[in-house]
Amino acid sequence: MSTVAAATGSNGHEPSYLDYKGKHSGILGWILSTDHKRIGILYLISLSLFFLVGVGFGFLMRLELISPGRTIMDPQTYNSFFTLHGVIMIFLFVVPGIPAVFGNFFLPILIGAKDVAFPRINLLSWYLYVFGGLLAIVAILLPGGPADTGWTFYVPYSIRTNTNVIIALLAAFILGFSSILTGLNFVTTVHRLKAPGMSWFKLPLSVWGLYSTAWVQVLATPIIGITLLLVAIERLLGVGIFDPALGGDPVLYQHLFWIYSHPAVYIMILPAMGIVSEVIPVFSRRTIFGYKFIAFSSVAIALFGSLVWAHHMFTAGMSDTGQFVFSLLTMLVAIPSAIKVFNWVATLYKGSIDLATPMLYVLAFIFLFTIGGLTGVMQGVLSIDIQVHDTSFIVAHFHYVMFGGTGFGFFAALHYWFPKMFGKMYNRKTAKTSFWFLFIGFNLLYFPMFIMGWLGMPRRYYDYLPEFHSYHLISTIGSWILIIGLLLMVYNLYRAIRKGKVVTEKNVWGGETLEWQIDTPPIHENFSEVPVIENDPYQYKMNEEILEKEETS
Amino acid sequence: MSTNESTLVEHVHRDDVGSRMGMWLFLFTELLLFGGMFLLYSVYKFQYPDEFFLAAKELNTIMGAFNTAVLLTSSLTMALSIVAIQRNQKVLSMLLQMVTIFLALFFLVNKYFEWSAKFSHGIYPGSEELLSKSSGEILFFGLYYVMTGLHGIHVLVGIFLIAVMTRMTRMGKITHDNYVRLENTGLYWHLVDIIWIFLFPLFYLIT
Repeated sequence: MSTVAAATGSNGHEPSYLDYKGKHSGILGWILSTDHKRIGILYLISLSLFFLVGVGFGFLMRLELISPGRTIMDPQTYNSFFTLHGVIMIFLFVVPGIPAVFGNFFLPILIGAKDVAFPRINLLSWYLYVFGGLLAIVAILLPGGPADTGWTFYVPYSIRTNTNVIIALLAAFILGFSSILTGLNFVTTVHRLKAPGMSWFKLPLSVWGLYSTAWVQVLATPIIGITLLLVAIERLLGVGIFDPALGGDPVLYQHLFWIYSHPAVYIMILPAMGIVSEVIPVFSRRTIFGYKFIAFSSVAIALFGSLVWAHHMFTAGMSDTGQFVFSLLTMLVAIPSAIKVFNWVATLYKGSIDLATPMLYVLAFIFLFTIGGLTGVMQGVLSIDIQVHDTSFIVAHFHYVMFGGTGFGFFAALHYWFPKMFGKMYNRKTAKTSFWFLFIGFNLLYFPMFIMGWLGMPRRYYDYLPEFHSYHLISTIGSWILIIGLLLMVYNLYRAIRKGKVVTEKNVWGGETLEWQIDTPPIHENFSEVPVIENDPYQYKMNEEILEKEETS
Repeated sequence: MSTNESTLVEHVHRDDVGSRMGMWLFLFTELLLFGGMFLLYSVYKFQYPDEFFLAAKELNTIMGAFNTAVLLTSSLTMALSIVAIQRNQKVLSMLLQMVTIFLALFFLVNKYFEWSAKFSHGIYPGSEELLSKSSGEILFFGLYYVMTGLHGIHVLVGIFLIAVMTRMTRMGKITHDNYVRLENTGLYWHLVDIIWIFLFPLFYLIT
């Protein structure tokens, strides 16, 4: 972190947020700072570390599955690994991901504010995040071993197993609390701190994405909080609420779990969709097509997404009416998502497309998300769901949406905003190389899972029939290519922070939103004077016309 | 260093509407937290109506009603303390806050006696006495302990918060033109009160 602090990049009179000297210096100046930008960087560092741990578990799982039978670990370890992989990736990477890192760093800047509404609560949320994350990992070292329930903690198994389930539950509870605080902060920030002239329909689309997400964070997370707490209480005291032996109903647990965890899927994807809407106009030099449709589709996704949870439970026992309603609602969510995809593609049409790294990631997002999204609609069909339920088809769908979607969106944001955040430029060629490794590795890793899932390969199984061997082999090889891409990307960005080319230019990509009008890297309070907003956020067409006029005159 | 500090002071940002908005959002999360429990309650009540009826008879309605009155009064004194500070009556406000704390403690003491009476009859999660009863009754008492317990924790947090407010009022950090913290604490306290208003009939009055 000291390297980050030492990075210079001040241009103009005021020092950048990286050089700013507050009450504390050195590392304390970072971990006690309430500056939203520094908190964003803290999140970026801690999140990346947890992400790499999660990748490690995924890598080992895939390695185990390279051939049938035992390869490198016993079944119990495998069960713990897929649980840890799930818990870490969901609660520590994908859910906080874009809001905690880029939301923190850029939301105030994008609306023309100096900070979020509650800076101290913002810092608190980071501490809770780190504490929860360490708790989840510490469980590995304790006697009893890490939880082996899967990240869903389904009862009754989660109240019977002898592993450290309570610690994992508490970790998820604390991380949920951190997520609530972030959401609460963002909703209030967007309502209260917009710069003069910044009306709702002048907000950049990533703000709409973050705003919708923040509401889901606030409204859905408490339900999983209480549910996980109840499982912990059940284990400690045996009150019977979820224990079938005492009259409780395990299916109720599933309902409560998914009442949060389905909207959580939209917590994960909406901010990434915001990033896509942000990047596409910049790199195709076009005004975004259908601004209001994209903005309202975020809200619609947040709304419908909260009403579809039971589609995770079609095989768990439900009335026909229930199945029908939830199946219908599930398909309805596809409409606002499709609206976004059509609008993005329409924005690209006749644009002058620059295939810079952020744009590559965004195009990959659209491609992968479309596959993930459409297979999601397939699963919403009752008859197909019964065929593919609990198979690796679901795993493939989920990773196409969450990794191909949110993950690639995160990488897009990282490459898009990196020069603004650090005042340094990464090696663009290496960045593109790592992208291709990631993209090819990703498809090799997850696409075979669609096929073998369709043929009946169950998810979470330690062993498999010989007929699935070739698919698993391809998949594992894909995981290696993917990891090479990831490491190359991390190396490239780390190198850029240490000795990358210094960027002092305000507007590296020619963007129109507010972050490109301030210093690189931003000064402590973002703006030297409060900006007054007069124009809509994406005015590229007009630029071109002005340029053309200048050229002709 | 000194110049930076002075700019810091210059930009200290105060937004009462924003603070209240944040508090309301937080209260939503609290409502949903308890909402999950109320959902569980209603499902099991629907599933085991007769057993719930039987089990509820074991609760002491008079004690519950008394506690309801205590908590409602504490909400009144809390609201009055805010009115007092608005009228710049610092001492009166502090006094009313302390009365609120006293009533909250009184509520918890009552709760303690109620719970220990149940415990002495062998009714607590996992006890032989309780496990010999029907599923519906086990669930009723399971929910009773968890929900009133969670509510009790909220009362404790409330007591702590109000105590902090009293201290801040004494130190002059809460004044007649800057009382949003006290107001937010009041909002929290009313929420704790309202949740009890729902818990009381659901557990004590369904007989």
